[in-house]
Parts: sequence; C-alpha cells; structure tokens
Amino acid sequence: MVLDNIDLSVPPRDLTAIVGPSGCGKSTLLRIVLGQDTPLAGEVFVYGDPVMRPDLSRGIVYQNYSLLPHLTVLQNVLAGDRLRHSVFWRTTGEYRAKRDEAMQFLKKAGIAEHAHKYPAQLSGGQSQRVAIVQTLFQRPKIVLMDEPFSALDPSTRENMQLWLLELWREYQLTVFFVTHDLEEACFLGTRLVALSPYYTDDRGDDPRVMRGSKVVMDVPIRHAGRISPPSVKETAAFGEMIEHVRRNAFDPTHRQHVERFELLYQYSWHTLTADESHPKT
Amino acid sequence: MYKPPRIFGIYAEPNGARWILAALPFVILVAGYAVTSEMMHAATPDEKLFPTFGQMANTMWRLATETNKGAGQILLWTDTVASLGRLLCGVYIAAAIGLVLGVNMAMFPGFRATFAPFITFLSIIPPLALISILLIALGVGEVSKVTLIFFGTVFVITRDIYLATLAIPIEQTVKALTLGATQLGVVYRVILPQIIPRLLSAVRLALGSAWLFLIAAEMIAASDGLGYRISLARRLQNMDVIYPYVLWITLLGFMLDTILRRLTSWLYPWYTSDNSKS
Repeated sequence: MVLDNIDLSVPPRDLTAIVGPSGCGKSTLLRIVLGQDTPLAGEVFVYGDPVMRPDLSRGIVYQNYSLLPHLTVLQNVLAGDRLRHSVFWRTTGEYRAKRDEAMQFLKKAGIAEHAHKYPAQLSGGQSQRVAIVQTLFQRPKIVLMDEPFSALDPSTRENMQLWLLELWREYQLTVFFVTHDLEEACFLGTRLVALSPYYTDDRGDDPRVMRGSKVVMDVPIRHAGRISPPSVKETAAFGEMIEHVRRNAFDPTHRQHVERFELLYQYSWHTLTADESHPKT
Repeated sequence: MYKPPRIFGIYAEPNGARWILAALPFVILVAGYAVTSEMMHAATPDEKLFPTFGQMANTMWRLATETNKGAGQILLWTDTVASLGRLLCGVYIAAAIGLVLGVNMAMFPGFRATFAPFITFLSIIPPLALISILLIALGVGEVSKVTLIFFGTVFVITRDIYLATLAIPIEQTVKALTLGATQLGVVYRVILPQIIPRLLSAVRLALGSAWLFLIAAEMIAASDGLGYRISLARRLQNMDVIYPYVLWITLLGFMLDTILRRLTSWLYPWYTSDNSKS
C-alpha cells in the first residue's frame, strides 16, 4: 500500500505544495488526482463533480515528456485546440485567431523566437516554459505539476519558480505542485502538505501493519496573492520551517502519532479509519 | 605537438585516410578477382566460372541496351522493373498493414488480446515454406510473389511498430487526454504521426528479407525478374550474367535504403534531431 486514507481538498486559487521523502507516494497521489492511476478505493472531485480518466478539467506539467515531440513549439501550444476539432479546423479563421493568441502567450513567456523549433531542440528550461504555456492555454480548472523544475539547474530553476508565481497570480491559478525539494515547496506554496510513511498509530508496531503514507503536516505558508522575493530563502524563519518539516515528515526515526499530526491549514481535515481509532485487541 | 595515431589503437583519428581505408577491402576484392580470372583464362581459354571484367561489361552492355530477339524487350530493364514492382508492392502493403496492426495492438488491450497470439503464431511460420502453397493457391502470377514478400515482412514490421508504440511514454497519452483529445484522437492523431518515421526505418530493415523472398520466388516461378534471370543464367553457367546481376541487386538495395533514409530526415526533422541527440 502506497497511500493510506488520504483526505485532501484544494481550494481554488491555492498553490498547494506536496512534499515527502522519496517513494512516499507524492507522484502516485498526483496521478490519482489526474486519473492516470486508479485508486483501490476512493474518488476524486473537481468542483463537486466526480472525475475518473484524464480530461480537460485537470492540466498536467511533467518533469519530462510533456511536449509532443513531433510538433513544433507553436503546434504544441495549439495541440489541445487542434485535437478537439477536426483536421480541417486549421483552415478556419478561428484557428488563425487562436494561433495569434498562442503567439502572444509565447511572447509573454519569452520564447516566441523558438516558436517553430521542435522540443528536442530546446533547453530544459525552455521545454518547461512551453509545457506550462501549453497546459495553461487550455485553461484547466486545476494545474497539476509533477516535479516540473527538478531537472533544471539552480539559476534556471529559480527563474522558473518566480515565473510560475507571476502566472499563478496573474491567472489566479489553482496549482497542485509535487516536489521532493523542501525549499522549493516552502518558497512556492501557499500551503504545504507533507506526505510521509513515518508515523505511528493505534494499529501497533507489528511490521505486518501495512502503513501507507498519510498527510502528516498541513500548514499555511503565506497569504495567497503575496509573492515573496527569493531572498526570503535566506531568512532564519524560512530555515526553521524547512527543519520543522524535515523532522516531522522526512526523518524515519522521528514518528509522530496520528492523533497529534499538525494540521493547521484552515481547510484541512483528517479522519481516522475504524482500525486506527479502535485498535483490534 | 601531440599527433594522434592514424590507424592503430583506440585513440586513432583516421580523418582524411578514412576514404582510403574504406576503399581498401573493395580494391583487394576486385584486384584478387581480376588476377584470378586472368590466370584461369590463361590456363583454359573457354573458362566460364571466372569471366573477366571485359566479358562481364560486354554482356551487361548487351543486356542493358540491345532488344532481346526472343522477348522483344531490353532484358535488364524489364527484369529490374518487374522485380522492383513486386518488391515495392509487397513491402508497401506489409508496411500499411503492419502499421495498423502494430499501433492498434499497442494502444488497445482488447485488440491486443485478440490478435497478438494469432500474429505470434503466424510469424513463426517460415515464409519460404509457404512458397508451394502460394503457388498452388494463387497461381504462378504476380499475386503469389507479392504475397510471399508481404508475408515475409509484415510480421517483422508489425512487431517493430508494436514495440515502438509501447515505448512511447504513457505521459504522452495522458497529456493528450488532458488537452481534450478523444481516445481515437490520442491513437490516430498523437501516437500514429509519431510512429510514421519509425515505420520507415522498420521498412528499411525489412527490405533485406524482402529481397530474399523476391529472388527466391522468382527463381522458382517467374518468366522475368532479376531472380529469374540469375536462375536461368545458372542453368547455362553464364557467370558473366550472374556476377553483374548480383552487383546490380546490391546497388538497387543500397539506393532504396538511401532514399528511405533521406526521406525520413527530410519529412521528419524532429525524428532525426531526436536521434542525433541521444
């Protein structure tokens, strides 16, 4: 079992950052929300509607493979609109209007000069910029991001983080951001959710108890809409927060008890299964 | 200043000598043959096994320019057109069907469950063992030869396309779905276009065995074609026909391969640049 009884809701316009030690199921959680994986039990809702398979309501930016290799940058951005119309749509005026809109978007993202290149010809940072433009161009209700900046070098990465924050504020995005990098999560998120398999509960210490990851921390980071400069990463408070999360979520020797999980986020709520609250004797 | 070795060792940089080195085995082969044939002819003047280059050139000139009295045609070109027609026809049908089967098998589990075991079964049949069946069932005309080439190449192509499609990351499918594509849209408008250049390289590989089946079929039942001419020449021990014909077939194969390779990089620049990167 990878995930254990996850109960999580993401309010609109939040940038929820999910962290956790490697192998804890962050990406599994994201794939379940996306519909790429099916959970053994449970459901996913977007604005109250149950969703199953991947569809337009949830956009995705992967670490790799987000772009279709046989299309140019511009065609990739237009891919969604083209796939939703017939092959003859490209001859219509509507298409030309969309194309101009896509070019505007690429210009704003600073990659207009690469519009006619293929993904294989782009650098890592450029690819991810295009991938984000491609996803946002469809106006999904929620944007899922699976370690989108993890393969980038540090300076490109910081640029991309700031750019994402700008986009988030400008378009009032709802973002679900998975990363293994605590610093990135604390810098980007308005809310930090820590998933971890390291906790104890009333099921006892028997190794046969299959303990999947749970949400062990859920804290607000800053008020939505306020973007911190990167220099915030140098402050003592930022460092303390990182240490705090690291201890409670990443340290296998330090295990919180389920009932004492720190769930300070106003919308978070967490339920125990019958097994956990009434252990079998 | 450091000068790297020209030829020997793992640090060798042949550079300019590359062409000379590449030509060397050819030169040795040709020179060895020339010496052998001259020596044999010196011993026995009507030697047939090792015709001299002059004899071969004369014969080929005759076959390529003069109208044959019996057939009323220029033999080399009639043979070439007949053989290439059969070859391309068989491989083209095999490519089309292999593409459809491979992509659908990889993308639709239901389709895969239905056809994968059957295709595996068929692919194990040695195509040459089918020659007799094909000749009896389809007659000695063009259909049986094209069918043999089709049967000999379609499964290799299907398997290659199937594996190539499976190797496309699942993320591409999910991505296309989140962009609003339908299931059929994903398969035929996102996956299929990415596979076409791969089909061209699968065809390049399959052409090797296609030639094998073509020549085999023509040797057994045909009245024209490069393979027929070779088997006819074998009966008359006309080695001055056989050697140039083999060389001509090699040249045709090389040309087809080059055309397909150029076509791939011209039509699908993203595929080539993707390859050169890895």
